[in-house]
Amino acid sequence: MNLADHPPRRGTNPPSFRTMSSARSSRSILPGFGLSLGFTLAYLGLIVLVPLSAAFLKTAGMGLHAFAAAVASPRVFAAYRLSFGASLAAGFVNMVFGLVVAWVLVRYPFPGRRLVDALVDLPFALPTAVAGIALTSLYSANGWVGRWLAPLGVRVAFTWAGVFVALTFIGLPFVVRTVQPVLAELEPDIEEAASTLGANRLQTVVRILLPQLMPSLLTGFALAFARALGEYGSVVFISGNMPMRTEIVPLLIITKLEQYDYRGATAIAVVMLVSSFVLLLLINLLQKWSRRYHAI
Amino acid sequence: MAPPPATNLTSRPANAPTPRANRDPAWARRLLTSVALAFLAFFLVLPLVAVFAQALAKGGAYFLSAVREPDALAAIRLTLLTVAIVVPANVVFGIAAAWAISKFKFTGKSILTTLIDLPFAVSPVISGLIYVLVFGAQGWLGPWLVAHGVRVIFAVPGIVLATAFVTFPFVARELIPLMQAQGTDEEYSAVTLGASGWQTFWRVTLPNIRWGLLYGVILCNARAMGEFGAVSVVSGHIRGETNTMPLHVEILYNEYNVAGAFAVASLLALLALATLVLKSAVEWRQTRSA
Repeated sequence: MNLADHPPRRGTNPPSFRTMSSARSSRSILPGFGLSLGFTLAYLGLIVLVPLSAAFLKTAGMGLHAFAAAVASPRVFAAYRLSFGASLAAGFVNMVFGLVVAWVLVRYPFPGRRLVDALVDLPFALPTAVAGIALTSLYSANGWVGRWLAPLGVRVAFTWAGVFVALTFIGLPFVVRTVQPVLAELEPDIEEAASTLGANRLQTVVRILLPQLMPSLLTGFALAFARALGEYGSVVFISGNMPMRTEIVPLLIITKLEQYDYRGATAIAVVMLVSSFVLLLLINLLQKWSRRYHAI
Repeated sequence: MAPPPATNLTSRPANAPTPRANRDPAWARRLLTSVALAFLAFFLVLPLVAVFAQALAKGGAYFLSAVREPDALAAIRLTLLTVAIVVPANVVFGIAAAWAISKFKFTGKSILTTLIDLPFAVSPVISGLIYVLVFGAQGWLGPWLVAHGVRVIFAVPGIVLATAFVTFPFVARELIPLMQAQGTDEEYSAVTLGASGWQTFWRVTLPNIRWGLLYGVILCNARAMGEFGAVSVVSGHIRGETNTMPLHVEILYNEYNVAGAFAVASLLALLALATLVLKSAVEWRQTRSA
Protein backbone atom coordinates (compact mmCIF):
# COMPACT_ATOMS: atom_id res chain seq x y z
CA MET A 1 0.00 0.00 0.00
CA ASN A 2 1.93 2.95 -1.25
CA LEU A 3 -0.43 5.87 -1.54
CA ALA A 4 1.94 8.66 -1.38
CA ASP A 5 3.05 12.10 -2.13
CA HIS A 6 6.12 10.17 -3.10
CA PRO A 7 5.49 7.10 -5.17
CA PRO A 8 8.19 4.46 -5.18
CA ARG A 9 11.48 5.81 -6.42
CA ARG A 10 13.02 4.14 -9.38
CA GLY A 11 15.97 1.96 -8.59
CA THR A 12 14.57 0.90 -5.24
CA ASN A 13 11.41 -1.02 -5.93
CA PRO A 14 10.00 -1.46 -2.45
CA PRO A 15 8.27 -4.75 -1.70
CA SER A 16 4.68 -4.59 -0.64
CA PHE A 17 3.77 -4.54 2.98
CA ARG A 18 3.06 -8.25 3.02
CA THR A 19 4.09 -9.93 6.23
CA MET A 20 7.38 -11.69 5.79
CA SER A 21 6.87 -15.41 5.70
CA SER A 22 9.19 -16.82 8.27
CA ALA A 23 9.19 -19.74 10.56
CA ARG A 24 9.88 -17.53 13.53
CA SER A 25 7.08 -16.67 15.94
CA SER A 26 6.24 -13.09 16.72
CA ARG A 27 7.72 -13.49 20.17
CA SER A 28 11.14 -13.62 18.63
CA ILE A 29 14.42 -13.15 20.43
CA LEU A 30 14.69 -9.62 19.07
CA PRO A 31 13.84 -7.23 21.85
CA GLY A 32 11.81 -4.09 21.52
CA PHE A 33 8.52 -5.38 20.13
CA GLY A 34 6.43 -4.07 22.96
CA LEU A 35 8.22 -0.76 23.12
CA SER A 36 8.21 -0.06 19.42
CA LEU A 37 4.67 -1.21 18.74
CA GLY A 38 3.37 0.50 21.84
CA PHE A 39 4.99 3.80 20.94
CA THR A 40 3.78 3.52 17.37
CA LEU A 41 0.20 2.88 18.39
CA ALA A 42 0.26 5.63 20.99
CA TYR A 43 1.64 8.17 18.51
CA LEU A 44 -0.84 7.13 15.85
CA GLY A 45 -3.69 7.17 18.31
CA LEU A 46 -2.94 10.62 19.66
CA ILE A 47 -1.93 12.33 16.47
CA VAL A 48 -4.22 10.64 13.96
CA LEU A 49 -7.09 8.66 15.39
CA VAL A 50 -8.34 10.92 18.15
CA PRO A 51 -8.47 14.08 16.02
CA LEU A 52 -10.01 12.26 13.05
CA SER A 53 -12.68 10.71 15.19
CA ALA A 54 -13.51 14.16 16.52
CA ALA A 55 -14.64 15.11 13.02
CA PHE A 56 -16.84 12.06 12.59
CA LEU A 57 -18.31 12.23 16.08
CA LYS A 58 -19.16 15.89 15.71
CA THR A 59 -20.94 15.17 12.47
CA ALA A 60 -22.70 12.18 13.96
CA GLY A 61 -24.19 14.46 16.55
CA MET A 62 -25.61 16.79 13.95
CA GLY A 63 -28.63 14.89 12.83
CA LEU A 64 -29.47 14.03 9.26
CA HIS A 65 -31.32 17.22 8.32
CA ALA A 66 -28.66 19.56 9.53
CA PHE A 67 -26.00 17.45 7.87
CA ALA A 68 -27.83 17.42 4.55
CA ALA A 69 -28.39 21.17 4.72
CA ALA A 70 -24.71 21.73 5.42
CA VAL A 71 -23.33 19.57 2.63
CA ALA A 72 -25.95 20.05 -0.06
CA SER A 73 -26.46 23.78 -0.34
CA PRO A 74 -25.93 25.39 -3.79
CA ARG A 75 -22.72 27.05 -2.71
CA VAL A 76 -21.27 23.77 -1.50
CA PHE A 77 -22.33 22.01 -4.68
CA ALA A 78 -20.64 24.69 -6.74
CA ALA A 79 -17.48 24.11 -4.72
CA TYR A 80 -17.71 20.33 -5.22
CA ARG A 81 -18.13 20.83 -8.97
CA LEU A 82 -15.10 23.05 -9.15
CA SER A 83 -12.86 20.91 -6.96
CA PHE A 84 -13.78 17.56 -8.50
CA GLY A 85 -14.00 18.90 -12.06
CA ALA A 86 -10.71 20.77 -12.04
CA SER A 87 -8.97 17.85 -10.30
CA LEU A 88 -10.23 15.41 -12.94
CA ALA A 89 -9.17 17.69 -15.78
CA ALA A 90 -5.74 18.27 -14.26
CA GLY A 91 -5.37 14.54 -13.68
CA PHE A 92 -6.09 13.78 -17.33
CA VAL A 93 -3.64 16.36 -18.60
CA ASN A 94 -1.00 15.03 -16.23
CA MET A 95 -1.75 11.48 -17.36
CA VAL A 96 -1.11 12.35 -21.00
CA PHE A 97 1.88 14.61 -20.54
CA GLY A 98 3.25 12.60 -17.64
CA LEU A 99 3.39 9.57 -19.91
CA VAL A 100 5.25 11.59 -22.54
CA VAL A 101 7.70 12.94 -19.97
CA ALA A 102 8.30 9.50 -18.47
CA TRP A 103 8.78 8.02 -21.96
CA VAL A 104 11.28 10.68 -22.93
CA LEU A 105 13.17 10.42 -19.65
CA VAL A 106 13.47 6.64 -19.85
CA ARG A 107 14.00 6.05 -23.54
CA TYR A 108 15.64 9.09 -25.08
CA PRO A 109 18.98 10.06 -23.61
CA PHE A 110 19.62 13.76 -24.03
CA PRO A 111 22.08 16.14 -22.41
CA GLY A 112 20.77 17.34 -19.07
CA ARG A 113 18.43 14.40 -18.63
CA ARG A 114 19.46 13.87 -15.01
CA LEU A 115 18.82 17.52 -14.23
CA VAL A 116 15.37 17.37 -15.79
CA ASP A 117 14.67 14.15 -13.95
CA ALA A 118 15.48 15.74 -10.61
CA LEU A 119 13.46 18.82 -11.51
CA VAL A 120 10.29 16.76 -12.00
CA ASP A 121 10.10 16.46 -8.22
CA LEU A 122 9.91 20.25 -7.80
CA PRO A 123 6.16 20.33 -7.05
CA PHE A 124 6.80 17.91 -4.20
CA ALA A 125 9.54 20.01 -2.69
CA LEU A 126 8.22 23.53 -3.29
CA PRO A 127 5.94 24.89 -0.57
CA THR A 128 2.41 25.26 -1.85
CA ALA A 129 2.15 28.95 -0.91
CA VAL A 130 5.22 29.74 -2.99
CA ALA A 131 3.78 27.86 -5.95
CA GLY A 132 0.50 29.66 -5.45
CA ILE A 133 1.83 33.18 -5.62
CA ALA A 134 4.23 32.32 -8.43
CA LEU A 135 1.44 30.93 -10.61
CA THR A 136 -0.84 33.85 -9.77
CA SER A 137 1.76 36.40 -10.77
CA LEU A 138 2.46 34.49 -13.98
CA TYR A 139 -1.14 34.20 -15.12
CA SER A 140 -2.65 37.46 -13.96
CA ALA A 141 -3.48 39.99 -16.63
CA ASN A 142 -0.08 41.66 -16.57
CA GLY A 143 1.93 38.55 -15.76
CA TRP A 144 4.49 36.95 -18.03
CA VAL A 145 1.93 34.51 -19.45
CA GLY A 146 -1.24 36.41 -18.79
CA ARG A 147 -0.20 39.38 -20.87
CA TRP A 148 -0.14 37.18 -23.99
CA LEU A 149 -3.55 35.76 -23.26
CA ALA A 150 -5.29 38.98 -22.25
CA PRO A 151 -5.58 40.41 -25.80
CA LEU A 152 -7.20 37.13 -26.80
CA GLY A 153 -9.80 37.61 -24.12
CA VAL A 154 -8.55 34.60 -22.19
CA ARG A 155 -8.41 35.11 -18.44
CA VAL A 156 -6.67 32.46 -16.41
CA ALA A 157 -6.06 33.98 -13.01
CA PHE A 158 -9.15 34.26 -10.80
CA THR A 159 -11.12 31.84 -12.94
CA TRP A 160 -11.56 28.07 -12.93
CA ALA A 161 -8.79 27.92 -15.54
CA GLY A 162 -6.37 29.20 -12.93
CA VAL A 163 -7.47 26.46 -10.57
CA PHE A 164 -6.88 23.94 -13.36
CA VAL A 165 -3.36 25.28 -14.02
CA ALA A 166 -2.43 25.17 -10.34
CA LEU A 167 -3.70 21.60 -9.95
CA THR A 168 -1.79 20.54 -13.05
CA PHE A 169 1.37 21.92 -11.50
CA ILE A 170 1.08 20.06 -8.23
CA GLY A 171 -0.02 16.80 -9.84
CA LEU A 172 2.73 16.74 -12.43
CA PRO A 173 5.20 14.40 -10.68
CA PHE A 174 2.71 11.69 -9.77
CA VAL A 175 2.16 10.09 -13.16
CA VAL A 176 5.79 10.52 -14.16
CA ARG A 177 7.06 8.81 -11.01
CA THR A 178 4.62 5.90 -11.16
CA VAL A 179 5.19 5.20 -14.86
CA GLN A 180 8.96 5.64 -14.90
CA PRO A 181 9.95 2.47 -13.00
CA VAL A 182 7.51 0.34 -14.97
CA LEU A 183 8.76 1.71 -18.25
CA ALA A 184 12.36 1.23 -17.23
CA GLU A 185 11.77 -2.40 -16.37
CA LEU A 186 10.13 -3.30 -19.68
CA GLU A 187 12.20 -5.81 -21.57
CA PRO A 188 12.69 -5.16 -25.27
CA ASP A 189 11.87 -8.80 -26.05
CA ILE A 190 8.16 -8.23 -26.38
CA GLU A 191 8.62 -5.32 -28.74
CA GLU A 192 11.05 -7.31 -30.82
CA ALA A 193 8.63 -10.21 -30.95
CA ALA A 194 5.88 -7.89 -32.09
CA SER A 195 8.15 -6.47 -34.72
CA THR A 196 9.05 -9.89 -36.07
CA LEU A 197 5.35 -10.71 -36.24
CA GLY A 198 4.81 -7.71 -38.50
CA ALA A 199 3.61 -4.93 -36.23
CA ASN A 200 4.76 -1.44 -37.07
CA ARG A 201 6.03 0.86 -34.36
CA LEU A 202 2.71 2.56 -33.68
CA GLN A 203 0.90 -0.74 -33.35
CA THR A 204 3.56 -2.01 -30.99
CA VAL A 205 3.31 1.03 -28.79
CA VAL A 206 -0.47 1.21 -28.70
CA ARG A 207 -1.33 -2.48 -28.47
CA ILE A 208 1.63 -3.92 -26.59
CA LEU A 209 3.21 -1.24 -24.43
CA LEU A 210 0.27 0.93 -23.46
CA PRO A 211 -1.71 -1.90 -21.84
CA GLN A 212 1.34 -2.77 -19.79
CA LEU A 213 1.60 0.79 -18.62
CA MET A 214 -2.10 1.23 -17.95
CA PRO A 215 -2.10 0.13 -14.28
CA SER A 216 0.69 2.54 -13.36
CA LEU A 217 -0.90 5.29 -15.45
CA LEU A 218 -4.18 4.90 -13.62
CA THR A 219 -2.41 4.75 -10.27
CA GLY A 220 -0.61 7.98 -11.05
CA PHE A 221 -3.85 9.57 -12.18
CA ALA A 222 -5.61 8.54 -8.98
CA LEU A 223 -2.75 9.84 -6.83
CA ALA A 224 -2.73 13.17 -8.66
CA PHE A 225 -6.51 13.38 -8.41
CA ALA A 226 -6.48 12.67 -4.67
CA ARG A 227 -3.83 15.28 -4.06
CA ALA A 228 -5.58 17.86 -6.22
CA LEU A 229 -8.90 17.39 -4.41
CA GLY A 230 -7.49 18.52 -1.10
CA GLU A 231 -5.02 21.08 -2.39
CA TYR A 232 -5.25 24.47 -0.76
CA GLY A 233 -2.08 26.56 -0.82
CA SER A 234 -1.33 26.43 -4.54
CA VAL A 235 -4.91 27.15 -5.52
CA VAL A 236 -6.18 29.71 -3.08
CA PHE A 237 -4.15 32.58 -4.53
CA ILE A 238 -4.94 32.03 -8.19
CA SER A 239 -8.57 31.09 -7.85
CA GLY A 240 -10.04 34.38 -6.69
CA ASN A 241 -12.27 32.60 -4.18
CA MET A 242 -15.61 33.94 -5.35
CA PRO A 243 -18.44 31.90 -3.85
CA MET A 244 -20.43 29.89 -6.40
CA ARG A 245 -17.79 30.58 -9.06
CA THR A 246 -14.20 29.99 -8.03
CA GLU A 247 -14.40 28.67 -4.51
CA ILE A 248 -12.74 25.33 -3.89
CA VAL A 249 -13.93 23.04 -1.15
CA PRO A 250 -10.93 23.49 1.22
CA LEU A 251 -11.41 27.25 1.08
CA LEU A 252 -15.11 26.83 1.80
CA ILE A 253 -14.20 24.86 4.90
CA ILE A 254 -11.89 27.63 6.10
CA THR A 255 -14.49 30.30 5.39
CA LYS A 256 -17.04 28.46 7.49
CA LEU A 257 -14.49 28.06 10.27
CA GLU A 258 -13.84 31.79 10.27
CA GLN A 259 -17.57 32.35 10.61
CA TYR A 260 -17.54 29.95 13.58
CA ASP A 261 -19.83 27.57 11.68
CA TYR A 262 -17.90 24.58 13.05
CA ARG A 263 -20.70 22.14 12.28
CA GLY A 264 -20.95 23.18 8.65
CA ALA A 265 -17.19 23.05 8.21
CA THR A 266 -16.95 19.65 9.84
CA ALA A 267 -19.82 18.25 7.79
CA ILE A 268 -18.15 19.25 4.54
CA ALA A 269 -14.82 17.95 5.86
CA VAL A 270 -16.41 14.56 6.56
CA VAL A 271 -17.69 14.37 2.97
CA MET A 272 -14.17 15.08 1.73
CA LEU A 273 -12.68 12.58 4.18
CA VAL A 274 -15.00 9.85 2.96
CA SER A 275 -14.12 10.54 -0.66
CA SER A 276 -10.43 10.56 0.28
CA PHE A 277 -10.75 7.17 1.95
CA VAL A 278 -12.59 5.77 -1.05
CA LEU A 279 -9.79 7.07 -3.26
CA LEU A 280 -7.21 5.56 -0.91
CA LEU A 281 -8.92 2.20 -1.24
CA LEU A 282 -9.09 2.56 -5.01
CA ILE A 283 -5.40 3.40 -5.21
CA ASN A 284 -4.48 0.38 -3.11
CA LEU A 285 -6.50 -1.85 -5.42
CA LEU A 286 -4.88 -0.27 -8.47
CA GLN A 287 -1.45 -0.87 -7.02
CA LYS A 288 -2.29 -4.49 -6.25
CA TRP A 289 -3.46 -4.89 -9.84
CA SER A 290 -0.33 -3.24 -11.09
CA ARG A 291 1.89 -5.52 -9.04
CA ARG A 292 0.05 -8.63 -10.16
CA TYR A 293 0.24 -7.54 -13.77
CA HIS A 294 3.90 -6.96 -13.53
CA ALA A 295 4.76 -10.18 -11.77
CA ILE A 296 3.78 -12.07 -14.91
CA MET B 1 24.84 -1.16 -41.94
CA ALA B 2 25.42 -4.47 -40.17
CA PRO B 3 22.31 -6.31 -39.05
CA PRO B 4 21.59 -5.95 -35.36
CA PRO B 5 23.03 -8.70 -33.14
CA ALA B 6 20.79 -11.72 -32.61
CA THR B 7 18.68 -11.41 -29.55
CA ASN B 8 19.51 -13.81 -26.79
CA LEU B 9 17.84 -14.39 -23.49
CA THR B 10 20.42 -12.61 -21.36
CA SER B 11 20.06 -8.86 -21.07
CA ARG B 12 22.09 -6.71 -23.35
CA PRO B 13 25.12 -4.88 -22.03
CA ALA B 14 24.46 -1.25 -21.33
CA ASN B 15 26.42 0.13 -24.24
CA ALA B 16 25.11 -2.24 -26.90
CA PRO B 17 23.37 -0.47 -29.78
CA THR B 18 19.61 -0.29 -29.36
CA PRO B 19 17.99 -3.02 -31.40
CA ARG B 20 15.88 -1.81 -34.28
CA ALA B 21 12.58 -3.05 -32.92
CA ASN B 22 12.96 -0.82 -29.93
CA ARG B 23 13.76 2.38 -31.71
CA ASP B 24 11.28 5.06 -32.49
CA PRO B 25 11.75 7.03 -35.70
CA ALA B 26 13.93 10.09 -35.31
CA TRP B 27 11.12 12.54 -36.01
CA ALA B 28 9.03 10.96 -33.27
CA ARG B 29 11.92 11.14 -30.83
CA ARG B 30 12.50 14.80 -31.54
CA LEU B 31 8.82 15.62 -31.36
CA LEU B 32 8.21 13.83 -28.07
CA THR B 33 11.35 15.22 -26.49
CA SER B 34 10.38 18.76 -27.48
CA VAL B 35 6.85 18.30 -26.20
CA ALA B 36 8.07 16.90 -22.89
CA LEU B 37 10.68 19.60 -22.40
CA ALA B 38 8.27 22.36 -23.40
CA PHE B 39 5.66 21.06 -20.99
CA LEU B 40 8.17 20.91 -18.15
CA ALA B 41 9.66 24.30 -18.98
CA PHE B 42 6.25 25.90 -19.06
CA PHE B 43 4.85 24.31 -15.93
CA LEU B 44 7.94 23.87 -13.75
CA VAL B 45 10.76 26.14 -14.75
CA LEU B 46 8.69 29.23 -15.47
CA PRO B 47 7.13 29.51 -12.01
CA LEU B 48 10.50 28.87 -10.38
CA VAL B 49 12.15 31.60 -12.42
CA ALA B 50 9.23 33.91 -11.68
CA VAL B 51 9.78 33.52 -7.94
CA PHE B 52 13.36 34.70 -8.09
CA ALA B 53 12.70 37.39 -10.66
CA GLN B 54 9.89 38.91 -8.62
CA ALA B 55 11.94 38.66 -5.43
CA LEU B 56 14.69 40.78 -6.93
CA ALA B 57 12.32 43.07 -8.85
CA LYS B 58 12.95 45.98 -6.51
CA GLY B 59 16.62 45.36 -6.13
CA GLY B 60 18.84 43.51 -3.73
CA ALA B 61 18.61 46.07 -0.93
CA TYR B 62 14.82 45.77 -0.79
CA PHE B 63 15.18 42.01 -0.82
CA LEU B 64 17.49 42.07 2.19
CA SER B 65 15.33 44.51 4.10
CA ALA B 66 12.23 42.40 3.47
CA VAL B 67 13.97 39.31 4.76
CA ARG B 68 15.48 41.00 7.79
CA GLU B 69 12.31 42.73 8.89
CA PRO B 70 11.28 41.66 12.44
CA ASP B 71 8.08 39.87 11.46
CA ALA B 72 9.91 37.96 8.75
CA LEU B 73 12.65 36.96 11.17
CA ALA B 74 10.04 35.83 13.67
CA ALA B 75 8.40 33.74 10.97
CA ILE B 76 11.73 32.17 10.05
CA ARG B 77 12.41 31.42 13.72
CA LEU B 78 9.00 29.83 14.17
CA THR B 79 9.44 27.69 11.06
CA LEU B 80 12.83 26.49 12.27
CA LEU B 81 11.50 25.82 15.77
CA THR B 82 8.63 23.78 14.36
CA VAL B 83 10.98 21.73 12.24
CA ALA B 84 13.35 21.21 15.18
CA ILE B 85 10.52 19.63 17.16
CA VAL B 86 8.60 17.83 14.45
CA VAL B 87 11.38 16.15 12.49
CA PRO B 88 13.09 14.37 15.42
CA ALA B 89 9.71 13.29 16.79
CA ASN B 90 8.74 11.84 13.43
CA VAL B 91 12.13 10.16 13.08
CA VAL B 92 11.60 8.39 16.38
CA PHE B 93 8.12 7.39 15.28
CA GLY B 94 9.36 6.21 11.90
CA ILE B 95 12.07 4.06 13.42
CA ALA B 96 9.72 2.59 16.00
CA ALA B 97 7.05 1.80 13.42
CA ALA B 98 9.54 0.33 10.96
CA TRP B 99 11.16 -1.77 13.68
CA ALA B 100 7.83 -3.16 14.83
CA ILE B 101 6.56 -3.85 11.32
CA SER B 102 9.69 -5.27 9.76
CA LYS B 103 11.26 -7.31 12.50
CA PHE B 104 8.23 -9.04 13.97
CA LYS B 105 5.19 -10.97 12.88
CA PHE B 106 1.79 -9.86 14.08
CA THR B 107 -1.70 -9.45 12.71
CA GLY B 108 -2.95 -6.06 11.71
CA LYS B 109 0.17 -4.95 9.85
CA SER B 110 -1.83 -3.82 6.84
CA ILE B 111 -4.15 -1.76 9.01
CA LEU B 112 -1.13 -0.18 10.64
CA THR B 113 0.46 0.73 7.35
CA THR B 114 -2.83 2.12 6.05
CA LEU B 115 -3.07 4.29 9.14
CA ILE B 116 0.46 5.50 8.55
CA ASP B 117 -0.46 6.45 5.00
CA LEU B 118 -3.57 8.29 6.14
CA PRO B 119 -2.24 11.87 6.21
CA PHE B 120 -1.46 11.63 2.52
CA ALA B 121 -5.12 11.11 1.81
CA VAL B 122 -6.38 13.94 4.01
CA SER B 123 -6.54 17.51 2.77
CA PRO B 124 -4.22 19.85 4.70
CA VAL B 125 -7.13 22.08 5.65
CA ILE B 126 -8.95 19.12 7.16
CA SER B 127 -5.74 18.14 8.97
CA GLY B 128 -5.83 21.48 10.70
CA LEU B 129 -9.57 21.40 11.26
CA ILE B 130 -9.47 18.17 13.25
CA TYR B 131 -7.00 19.70 15.69
CA VAL B 132 -9.25 22.70 16.12
CA LEU B 133 -12.07 20.28 16.90
CA VAL B 134 -10.05 18.70 19.67
CA PHE B 135 -8.02 21.56 21.10
CA GLY B 136 -10.03 24.62 20.11
CA ALA B 137 -12.01 26.65 22.59
CA GLN B 138 -15.18 24.80 21.62
CA GLY B 139 -13.41 21.49 21.20
CA TRP B 140 -13.23 18.41 23.33
CA LEU B 141 -10.34 19.62 25.46
CA GLY B 142 -11.28 23.29 25.07
CA PRO B 143 -12.75 23.95 28.50
CA TRP B 144 -9.91 22.10 30.26
CA LEU B 145 -7.27 24.01 28.33
CA VAL B 146 -8.92 27.37 28.95
CA ALA B 147 -9.24 26.61 32.65
CA HIS B 148 -5.53 25.85 32.86
CA GLY B 149 -4.46 28.78 30.73
CA VAL B 150 -2.89 26.53 28.09
CA ARG B 151 -3.24 27.72 24.51
CA VAL B 152 -2.82 25.13 21.82
CA ILE B 153 -4.83 26.44 18.89
CA PHE B 154 -3.78 29.88 17.68
CA ALA B 155 -0.42 29.29 19.36
CA VAL B 156 2.79 27.44 18.68
CA PRO B 157 1.79 24.00 20.07
CA GLY B 158 -1.09 23.82 17.62
CA ILE B 159 1.23 24.59 14.74
CA VAL B 160 3.63 21.88 15.89
CA LEU B 161 0.85 19.30 16.21
CA ALA B 162 -0.69 20.05 12.82
CA THR B 163 2.72 19.93 11.15
CA ALA B 164 3.50 16.64 12.90
CA PHE B 165 0.27 15.14 11.57
CA VAL B 166 1.02 16.12 8.01
CA THR B 167 4.65 15.00 7.98
CA PHE B 168 4.92 11.89 10.12
CA PRO B 169 4.48 9.34 7.31
CA PHE B 170 7.57 10.39 5.40
CA VAL B 171 10.25 8.77 7.52
CA ALA B 172 8.15 5.69 8.26
CA ARG B 173 7.34 5.11 4.59
CA GLU B 174 11.01 5.23 3.68
CA LEU B 175 12.15 2.94 6.47
CA ILE B 176 9.47 0.26 6.38
CA PRO B 177 10.19 -1.21 2.93
CA LEU B 178 13.90 -0.72 3.47
CA MET B 179 13.98 -2.61 6.74
CA GLN B 180 11.64 -5.25 5.39
CA ALA B 181 13.98 -5.85 2.49
CA GLN B 182 16.97 -6.04 4.81
CA GLY B 183 15.37 -8.73 6.93
CA THR B 184 16.28 -9.80 10.41
CA ASP B 185 19.36 -11.95 9.90
CA GLU B 186 21.94 -9.42 11.01
CA GLU B 187 19.96 -8.46 14.07
CA TYR B 188 19.51 -12.11 15.05
CA SER B 189 23.21 -12.71 14.69
CA ALA B 190 23.94 -9.73 16.90
CA VAL B 191 21.56 -10.92 19.59
CA THR B 192 22.92 -14.44 19.57
CA LEU B 193 26.38 -12.95 19.96
CA GLY B 194 25.22 -11.22 23.10
CA ALA B 195 24.25 -7.71 22.03
CA SER B 196 21.48 -5.98 23.92
CA GLY B 197 18.52 -4.48 22.10
CA TRP B 198 19.95 -0.99 21.99
CA GLN B 199 23.36 -2.20 20.94
CA THR B 200 21.77 -4.18 18.13
CA PHE B 201 19.86 -1.16 16.99
CA TRP B 202 22.68 1.36 17.17
CA ARG B 203 25.47 -0.75 15.76
CA VAL B 204 23.71 -3.10 13.36
CA THR B 205 20.42 -1.63 12.18
CA LEU B 206 21.15 2.06 12.11
CA PRO B 207 24.18 1.89 9.81
CA ASN B 208 22.16 -0.19 7.39
CA ILE B 209 19.29 2.23 7.19
CA ARG B 210 21.19 5.49 7.34
CA TRP B 211 20.61 6.53 3.72
CA GLY B 212 16.92 5.71 3.82
CA LEU B 213 16.67 7.57 7.10
CA LEU B 214 18.42 10.58 5.64
CA TYR B 215 16.12 10.53 2.63
CA GLY B 216 13.07 10.43 4.86
CA VAL B 217 14.42 13.28 6.97
CA ILE B 218 14.99 15.41 3.87
CA LEU B 219 11.42 14.87 2.67
CA CYS B 220 9.96 15.38 6.14
CA ASN B 221 11.91 18.58 6.60
CA ALA B 222 10.88 20.00 3.24
CA ARG B 223 7.22 19.33 3.88
CA ALA B 224 7.37 20.59 7.46
CA MET B 225 8.92 23.90 6.47
CA GLY B 226 6.54 24.44 3.60
CA GLU B 227 3.25 23.29 5.10
CA PHE B 228 0.60 25.91 4.53
CA GLY B 229 -2.99 24.66 4.64
CA ALA B 230 -2.92 22.84 7.98
CA VAL B 231 -0.92 25.54 9.72
CA SER B 232 -3.17 28.22 8.25
CA VAL B 233 -6.17 26.75 10.02
CA VAL B 234 -4.62 26.35 13.47
CA SER B 235 -2.41 29.37 13.53
CA GLY B 236 -4.50 32.48 14.07
CA HIS B 237 -2.15 34.44 11.80
CA ILE B 238 -0.83 36.67 14.58
CA ARG B 239 2.02 38.63 13.08
CA GLY B 240 5.32 38.12 14.77
CA GLU B 241 3.98 35.28 16.89
CA THR B 242 2.13 32.53 15.12
CA ASN B 243 3.16 32.99 11.54
CA THR B 244 5.43 30.52 9.84
CA MET B 245 7.26 31.48 6.67
CA PRO B 246 4.52 30.32 4.28
CA LEU B 247 1.91 32.21 6.28
CA HIS B 248 4.09 35.30 6.28
CA VAL B 249 4.34 35.03 2.50
CA GLU B 250 0.55 34.96 2.34
CA ILE B 251 0.20 38.02 4.55
CA LEU B 252 2.68 40.06 2.54
CA TYR B 253 1.06 39.01 -0.73
CA ASN B 254 -2.43 39.91 0.45
CA GLU B 255 -1.13 43.34 1.46
CA TYR B 256 0.10 43.80 -2.11
CA ASN B 257 3.68 43.82 -0.91
CA VAL B 258 4.53 41.57 -3.83
CA ALA B 259 8.28 42.00 -3.80
CA GLY B 260 8.43 41.34 -0.07
CA ALA B 261 6.25 38.26 -0.39
CA PHE B 262 8.45 36.88 -3.13
CA ALA B 263 11.57 37.72 -1.15
CA VAL B 264 10.51 35.41 1.67
CA ALA B 265 9.14 32.94 -0.87
CA SER B 266 12.50 32.81 -2.61
CA LEU B 267 14.06 31.58 0.62
CA LEU B 268 11.57 28.74 0.60
CA ALA B 269 12.27 28.12 -3.08
CA LEU B 270 15.98 27.88 -2.30
CA LEU B 271 15.10 25.35 0.35
CA ALA B 272 13.15 23.41 -2.28
CA LEU B 273 16.11 23.39 -4.65
CA ALA B 274 18.44 22.31 -1.85
CA THR B 275 15.98 19.52 -1.07
CA LEU B 276 16.05 18.35 -4.68
CA VAL B 277 19.84 18.37 -4.75
CA LEU B 278 20.16 16.47 -1.46
CA LYS B 279 17.47 14.02 -2.55
CA SER B 280 19.30 13.22 -5.78
CA ALA B 281 22.58 12.88 -3.93
CA VAL B 282 21.14 10.41 -1.44
CA GLU B 283 19.40 8.45 -4.21
CA TRP B 284 22.66 8.20 -6.06
CA ARG B 285 24.44 7.03 -2.90
CA GLN B 286 21.72 4.48 -2.25
CA THR B 287 21.89 2.91 -5.69
CA ARG B 288 25.65 2.87 -5.41
CA SER B 289 25.72 1.06 -2.09
CA ALA B 290 22.83 -1.27 -2.98
